Amino acid sequence: MRDATSRVVVDVTVNGLSYQREIEPRLLLVEFLREELGLTGTHIGCDTSYCGACTVLLNGKVVKSCTVLAVQADGNRVETVEGLESDGKLHPLQSTFSELHGLQCGYCTPGMLMAAKSLLDGNPSPSEDQIRKGIAGNTCRCTGYVNIVKAIDAAAQQMREE
Amino acid sequence: MYPAPFRYHRPASLEAAIGLLGKFGDEASIMAGGQSLIPMMKLRMGDACEVIDIGRLPDLSFVEIRDGMLCIGALSTHASIAASEAAARIPLVQEAGGGIADRQIRSMGTIGGGLSVADPSGCWPTSLRTLKTSVQVRGPAGARSIAIADFIQDSYVTTLQPGELVTEIRIPLPAANTGSAYVAFKRTAAAYPTVSCGMELVMDGQTCTSASIVLGAAGPMAVLCAAAEQALVGREVTETSLGEAAELIVAASDPPADARGSAAFKRAMLKTLVLEAGRRSLARSRGEQVKGGHRYA
Ligand SMILES: Cc1cc2nc3c(=O)[nH]c(=O)nc-3n(C[C@H](O)[C@H](O)[C@H](O)COP(=O)(O)OP(=O)(O)OC[C@H]3O[C@@H](n4cnc5c(N)ncnc54)[C@H](O)[C@@H]3O)c2cc1C
Ligand code: FES
Ligand code: FES
Repeated sequence: MRDATSRVVVDVTVNGLSYQREIEPRLLLVEFLREELGLTGTHIGCDTSYCGACTVLLNGKVVKSCTVLAVQADGNRVETVEGLESDGKLHPLQSTFSELHGLQCGYCTPGMLMAAKSLLDGNPSPSEDQIRKGIAGNTCRCTGYVNIVKAIDAAAQQMREE
Repeated sequence: MYPAPFRYHRPASLEAAIGLLGKFGDEASIMAGGQSLIPMMKLRMGDACEVIDIGRLPDLSFVEIRDGMLCIGALSTHASIAASEAAARIPLVQEAGGGIADRQIRSMGTIGGGLSVADPSGCWPTSLRTLKTSVQVRGPAGARSIAIADFIQDSYVTTLQPGELVTEIRIPLPAANTGSAYVAFKRTAAAYPTVSCGMELVMDGQTCTSASIVLGAAGPMAVLCAAAEQALVGREVTETSLGEAAELIVAASDPPADARGSAAFKRAMLKTLVLEAGRRSLARSRGEQVKGGHRYA
């Protein structure tokens, strides 16, 4: 029997801040971020688990937030593109994407940045092949990827030097 | 896109999960990583009214060697298996886990889910069928062990009884001079294989003493062919003998023509994959380090 009124309370830490909300269990994490918390940096592209525009980190692991229920994040830690900069200073990835034209329309960019962040968290010196595989779950319809790969490589270098 | 409304349950123990499955019967849907269930619910396929989230059940996420076997907890993610040193003991297993979809899906998706969905193009059903895998399940009547050949009964159909859950996958460690590989052809990362091939070869010097070859996405279920395996056993593994084995098993396959390709294209690609899996398996049986990875369009 369907019971549309069934609701659950979730407690999710997003970019270091804790949020408690009562939601329907069918709410997707991406909708939770955008609609409930107003964090619209995370984009919905395909909404069918393919394009990666909705990529965020869940407990440090890279996921597609259109394919995760908000209840799966209950009690857990989420990082979104809004959490990349700190004290008004851009993350190296944000700077190199901007400087090296790692974006055109920018629709894929939040997901690209989060996929790239998780890649560099696990491997500070990826080869070009590893970078390309690392963003294989993210589609960009504008750039042809060349400048995205360059930007990730440059950010990795900067972060190693810091 | 929203799934239709459902009630959400997060049992704290395996016993509680089995109890909920019994209570809700046909209305229950199991959710492990959600990477097959959520896309289906969003498309309003199936009828998930009572979703039972087993994703946080304790003690079901491990990859370890125990009693001469590689033992993998049902909730182990594809990513954790690909990164595991224990799983590296059987290259085919690591190759299967590391080649599923993309990093995002691999972070969440589990081996228990991938096997239980029993998609004929799924990587776990094909790769694990190549080995002497057994599937441990728990249900209201207790625990039982099912040989992989009996576990999957048809496309998307397993022998799991109502209330039963997969808890662990066990694979005997390979004998010396054994090599294995799993190779798929994929249109892109975030897509199921167009076709795939798993292989395991046991060698004695130049002579092959045992061969297992399985094709995936080449029919409603995994395709095996005794004649193809016999084409290798007792012989040297060369391009010629591998080619003969490939001809035989591909003749026994029945790949569907669909958006991923025509039947003729898939047959041609399957032959290529058998050769590739054979070369990698042979090299690994000699202790050579061979890079894994799929072929992409
Ligand atoms: C974009 C995309 C690309 C993909 N590409 C590939 C690919 O290349 N190769 C591939 O193999 N797969 C692919 N998948 C599927 C992916 O591997 C899933 O992770 C897997 O099929 C299901 O695992 P899960 O843990 O997410 O299961 P869930 O989605 O949580 O569960 C699916 C179903 O499996 C059953 N189930 C789950 N766990 C258990 C258990 N322990 N016991 C009994 N039944 C259980 C239940 O019936 C459940 O409803 C892809 C998925 C997506 C979204
Ligand atoms: S919006 Fe999530 S993968 Fe495209
Ligand atoms: S910049 Fe337009 S989709 Fe990537």
